[in-house]
Amino acid sequence: MAKEQENIIQEVTGSEYKYGFVTNVETETIGKGLNEEVIRMISAKKEEPEWLLEFRLNAYRHWLTMKMPRWAKLDIPEIDYQDIVYYAAPKQKESKQWEDVDPELKATFDKLGIPLSEQMALSGIAVDAVMDSVSVKTTFKDTLAERGVIFCSFSEAVRNHPDLVRKYLGSVVPYRDNYFAALNSAVFSDGSFVYIPKGVRCPMELSTYFRINARNTGQFERTLIVAEDDAYVSYLEGCTAPQRDENQLHAAIVEIVVEKNAEVKYSTVQNWYPGDKEGKGGIYNFVTKRGICRGENAKLIWAQVETGSAITWKYPSTILKGDGSVSEFYSVAVTNNYQQADTGTKMIHIGNNTRSRIVSKGISAGYSSNSYRGKVKVVKTCRNARNYSQCDSLLLGDKCGAHTFPYLEIENSTAQVEHEATTSKIGEDQIFYCNQRGISTEDAVGLIIKGYAGDVLNKMPMEFAVEAQKLLQISLEGSVG
Amino acid sequence: MLKIKNLHAAVDGKEILKGINLEIREGEVHAIMGPNGAGKSTLSSVLTGRERFEVTEGEIEFNGKDLLQLPAEDRAREGIFMSFQYPVEIPGVSTVNFLKTAVNEIRKYRGQPPFPAGDFLKMIRQKMELVGIDNKLLNRSLNEGFSGGEKKKNEIFQMAVLEPKLAILDETDSGLDIDALRIVANGVNKLKRPDNATIVITHYQRLLDYIVPDVVHVLYDGRIVKTAGKELVAELEEKGYDWIKEEVGR
Repeated sequence: MAKEQENIIQEVTGSEYKYGFVTNVETETIGKGLNEEVIRMISAKKEEPEWLLEFRLNAYRHWLTMKMPRWAKLDIPEIDYQDIVYYAAPKQKESKQWEDVDPELKATFDKLGIPLSEQMALSGIAVDAVMDSVSVKTTFKDTLAERGVIFCSFSEAVRNHPDLVRKYLGSVVPYRDNYFAALNSAVFSDGSFVYIPKGVRCPMELSTYFRINARNTGQFERTLIVAEDDAYVSYLEGCTAPQRDENQLHAAIVEIVVEKNAEVKYSTVQNWYPGDKEGKGGIYNFVTKRGICRGENAKLIWAQVETGSAITWKYPSTILKGDGSVSEFYSVAVTNNYQQADTGTKMIHIGNNTRSRIVSKGISAGYSSNSYRGKVKVVKTCRNARNYSQCDSLLLGDKCGAHTFPYLEIENSTAQVEHEATTSKIGEDQIFYCNQRGISTEDAVGLIIKGYAGDVLNKMPMEFAVEAQKLLQISLEGSVG
Repeated sequence: MLKIKNLHAAVDGKEILKGINLEIREGEVHAIMGPNGAGKSTLSSVLTGRERFEVTEGEIEFNGKDLLQLPAEDRAREGIFMSFQYPVEIPGVSTVNFLKTAVNEIRKYRGQPPFPAGDFLKMIRQKMELVGIDNKLLNRSLNEGFSGGEKKKNEIFQMAVLEPKLAILDETDSGLDIDALRIVANGVNKLKRPDNATIVITHYQRLLDYIVPDVVHVLYDGRIVKTAGKELVAELEEKGYDWIKEEVGR
């Protein structure tokens, strides 16, 4: 019986990574290694103002004093930070006209299914496409500008809206926050900037697509989203990388500021190359994402489907500062083969009557390890905070592991905090029941997983829900049990 | 329709079925009765293709096809349906969605296009009325939090939707009170047609008061030791299984 389950698992989780191709485009890179000179060079290439160079250097100097965190349930090999290229840019003309974009780049994003030409973008989603260290193209910028919405690459924001960037950069994730945040703050290259002015409901979904292409390169992007009073925006990030035998480092920062009565929905479809079946290669995904609900009744929603990366270390968090503010976190994290994930969320309740909700669904297959690590904190002065957490784990096969590490720090007795956790297996009984109704094993697993992750998939923007669902099924293809 | 010849089957190396011979024709209802441990559930598992049951000898022919060569899902697609003794729960998947997947996979196997959504729902509504099942139940997660009676009713409803050629009711009466039993039996009777057949596997008489069999078999120690008409049911109810054991001489 064990043997049989093993076979089924093989069958359902064995599929290939679809985005593993490399784009043949001339790339401008700097040499490997990290020092102040490199940081000055990155800053100079981007023609940055002095204060930003200072920010980077301070971060770098602080990083030198720090040690890599080892508390996660991850087996992270030693990383040689001098063996990484910190800046790589596909060569292209300064002009950001569509006609001027390198056809190879166009073809790449076409292949990835990312609509970069506005004529083609029937879906009505504005996209910022980032390859390696730079933004290739941002669509619908003008349409958005009519409403006062700023959506552009981070570098452009530094050039055109320096005051806004300076005001918010590092305000939610200071460079001292953690090891990878410090590293990112020192060497970040590009990313997206979103600013929704007061009272504006962003008329379309915004999305950034991150692609690592160059060899030996780390990607260090930064995303900054600001929603002023009564504003609304739904934002989605997607990511893929070529299939390579070596590991590549991705250390990003996302900062989100949500003011009074504003709402931000941040969705992620993370599909970095996870390494091969033997665990060779793949992206190290060490990311700091945090938002602050600054004003009263602000709302921040995280929704994520995570199937990629060799190692994931990531805890999108919300600081609930404004009274009555609300945050929700919905996550499906899949690990297969030798993937490792230590991921979860933090909800920090500061304002009165703040509410948070956490729904985390882990799916582990193969030899993978999948941990949920979440923290709910209610500070002493916070009255009537409420939190509900649900952490479920689903195991496929008997070689993988699922772990739950919930931390509750409740300092005020008026808080109401609930935590539920379950662990289940896709049983032979369930599969046979489906078979007996004419459903093949592979479809049975798809059906069961869809049911299991439904609460989260429903929270993804409509356009991506179907894709996310497919991604789940593909990631587990060949691995049913 | 179904021909079983000298069927031997084992679980974990232990022989449970020791030479079953059985023939079922269209339009017939067969009851398979027997004491606990006789091999009743093994027989239904072997027929439906559960992998951990190993067929060591014999053959099964279903509408001219060698059933033992087909994986479980293809047997279902060929028209074999089992009402489970213990239906499983699938959280987050409604009965309606589950059945839609099943129906369309079966149609695909038969070279038919998927059911148009509107027609499917219309068909579901008809079957709902036929079996007398509540709409609310069908939109909840499959079997999750269902009572014993609701689960069995849901099995019969699925049977109504999938329209099998051969239905196997595996201990469908277990855990049902008399009202639920009557509803379930009623559903089965309504689904009876001249071109389909039913196997009722049970320990007790009571289900057979409502679903009247044409042929009754007694399964004992892996063999069919007695075959007779429906009058056998009453005799078994009155005298128990011991006299059969004595007759067989064990």
